[in-house]
Amino acid sequence: MIEISLNGACHKIDGNSNLMSLLEGLDLDTSKVAVERNLEIVPKSTYQNIKLVAGDRLEIVNFIGGG
Amino acid sequence: MSKQNKDKFTIAGRDFSSRLIVGTGKYNNFEETRSAVEASGAEIVTVAVRRVNVMDPNQPMLVDYLDPKKYTYLPNTAGCFTANDAIRTLRLAREAGGWNLVKLEVLGDQKTLYPNMTETLHAAEILLKEGFDVMVYCSDDPILALRLEEMGCCAIMPLGAPIGSGLGIQNPVQIRLIVEQATVPVLVDAGVGTASDAAVAMELGCDGVLMNTAIAEAKDPTAMAMAMKLAVQAGRAAYFAGRMPKKLYADPSSPLAGLI
Repeated sequence: MIEISLNGACHKIDGNSNLMSLLEGLDLDTSKVAVERNLEIVPKSTYQNIKLVAGDRLEIVNFIGGG
Repeated sequence: MSKQNKDKFTIAGRDFSSRLIVGTGKYNNFEETRSAVEASGAEIVTVAVRRVNVMDPNQPMLVDYLDPKKYTYLPNTAGCFTANDAIRTLRLAREAGGWNLVKLEVLGDQKTLYPNMTETLHAAEILLKEGFDVMVYCSDDPILALRLEEMGCCAIMPLGAPIGSGLGIQNPVQIRLIVEQATVPVLVDAGVGTASDAAVAMELGCDGVLMNTAIAEAKDPTAMAMAMKLAVQAGRAAYFAGRMPKKLYADPSSPLAGLI
């Protein structure tokens, strides 16, 4: 297990996780979210190839009501 | 009428028929949001970008109620107080939605939510370089509005009054000056409280109006959305019609000749 920061909170994941497996594990619809990893935008097409490492800081966002 | 029939509203190369842009915040639930947005006739809706609730990913989402294929989502940077935060937010929005049209707002003060124009200019410069189509919330300063236009912003959106205040158009002189010089659309963004405020903005020659609270916090949001739609249309029509000159004293409407 490794620890990453997910939307500002500590989150434990399997050491072999990639970004796609994390999003699927969280039951998130990848078409409706965007991910920033260590302040860099992660293109949707590359989720499968992004291997997560200890200390990664992820932000996962979506659209909500706003003015 | 002929003028109005040909009256297209174009932002960043996209044509729209509604000149009313509505926000999607502050509603009691998504059904109410959908009902009000439908009644407003808006084709563009503003949305915020926020962290996903990873604990409860299956809760209803805005996109389930307002189809992004039907409505143009305009992601905002509400709550951002620095250029960097606004830029990060809009990069994420572009990845989430897959489009470039965004609303930039960088706030300078919690109490007034007045825009921080130095940060706004800085953010606009970087976003434009990165290929975003930037609609920019700004102060009502004609010099800065022109600067934003020269930089390449696709719409200039001065406030009419503080965000969420509903005070109406406090600065008609400034808005008119901005409208007169602009070659891109000018929209009053923020400050509208009721239908007549929207009409005033349009009568000043604005190309459109952006509002959220005036509809969402009305007693009946759907009815107010309909009123706003009509007010924007009425204001636009009056602008084209050309209002009569104001006079200091009365001028009878009935002829004096033939008076008994």
